[in-house]
Amino acid sequence: MSATLVHHEELTREAPKTIEKVAIVVSKGSLEGIYPGLIMANGARMEGIEAHLFFTFFGLDAIRKDRFEHIKVATVGNPGMHMPTLLGALPGMSAVATWMMGRQMEKLDIPPIPEFIELVADSGGKLWACKASVDMFGLKKEDFVPQVEDVITVGDFYAIAAGGEIIFT
Amino acid sequence: MSTVTVPVDAEGFLLHSSDWTPELATEIARENGIDELTERRWLVINFMRDRYLSTGTAPTIRSLGKESGVPVKELYELFPKGPAKLAAKIGGIPKPKGCI
Repeated sequence: MSATLVHHEELTREAPKTIEKVAIVVSKGSLEGIYPGLIMANGARMEGIEAHLFFTFFGLDAIRKDRFEHIKVATVGNPGMHMPTLLGALPGMSAVATWMMGRQMEKLDIPPIPEFIELVADSGGKLWACKASVDMFGLKKEDFVPQVEDVITVGDFYAIAAGGEIIFT
Repeated sequence: MSTVTVPVDAEGFLLHSSDWTPELATEIARENGIDELTERRWLVINFMRDRYLSTGTAPTIRSLGKESGVPVKELYELFPKGPAKLAAKIGGIPKPKGCI
């Protein structure tokens, strides 16, 4: 005798909902703090999803004209590096780790941060700077790369993010 | 007029890239909200397809923007719902696998 199993979920499953908009908060200024947000924003645009990046605290380094070309991997206080703290603190260690990681990423066609910022902006991703952090660091809109739309408050950010998903990195 | 039936996956990508014809491309484009395959759109579709057929991998959005002759901004104007994904679908090749 043969039997046919009908899975209950097959009968009840609704069409999957899709994400239409993401607002990604970048709050850290290290290489490993900045890349995930950029990759997620670019990935969203590649799927046709509206994407916003909100840079706050040291995350602002990713869009500061004077700093965005000099973002480094944190070799101290970063358990993921599996490196003794004293070794990570040696002069040049962060530069070497950054160089090695950059080389690896280039192989995967992941661009350096300045080019990545341009790519995300050209893809239609919107870049915003957090007003509280901008004021705290004594910065002005002119201190940021031209792709930055504006300096906005947290309230503005929530208005922009409304109806979408918020991701904190 | 003759009708052909071509197998696609759940997202509408052709299961066999050998099934692809330019006429089919026009049809897939229309189903995905692109009314006309202009010369610029064909440039992108052909670049994706050639690259996939010669290397076995579809290009990233970065190399698509650098090497296809169509800059990233324009890629998104031509294919607002995702240039790499849509051009791959219209070109009859699998969905690009990379994260970039």
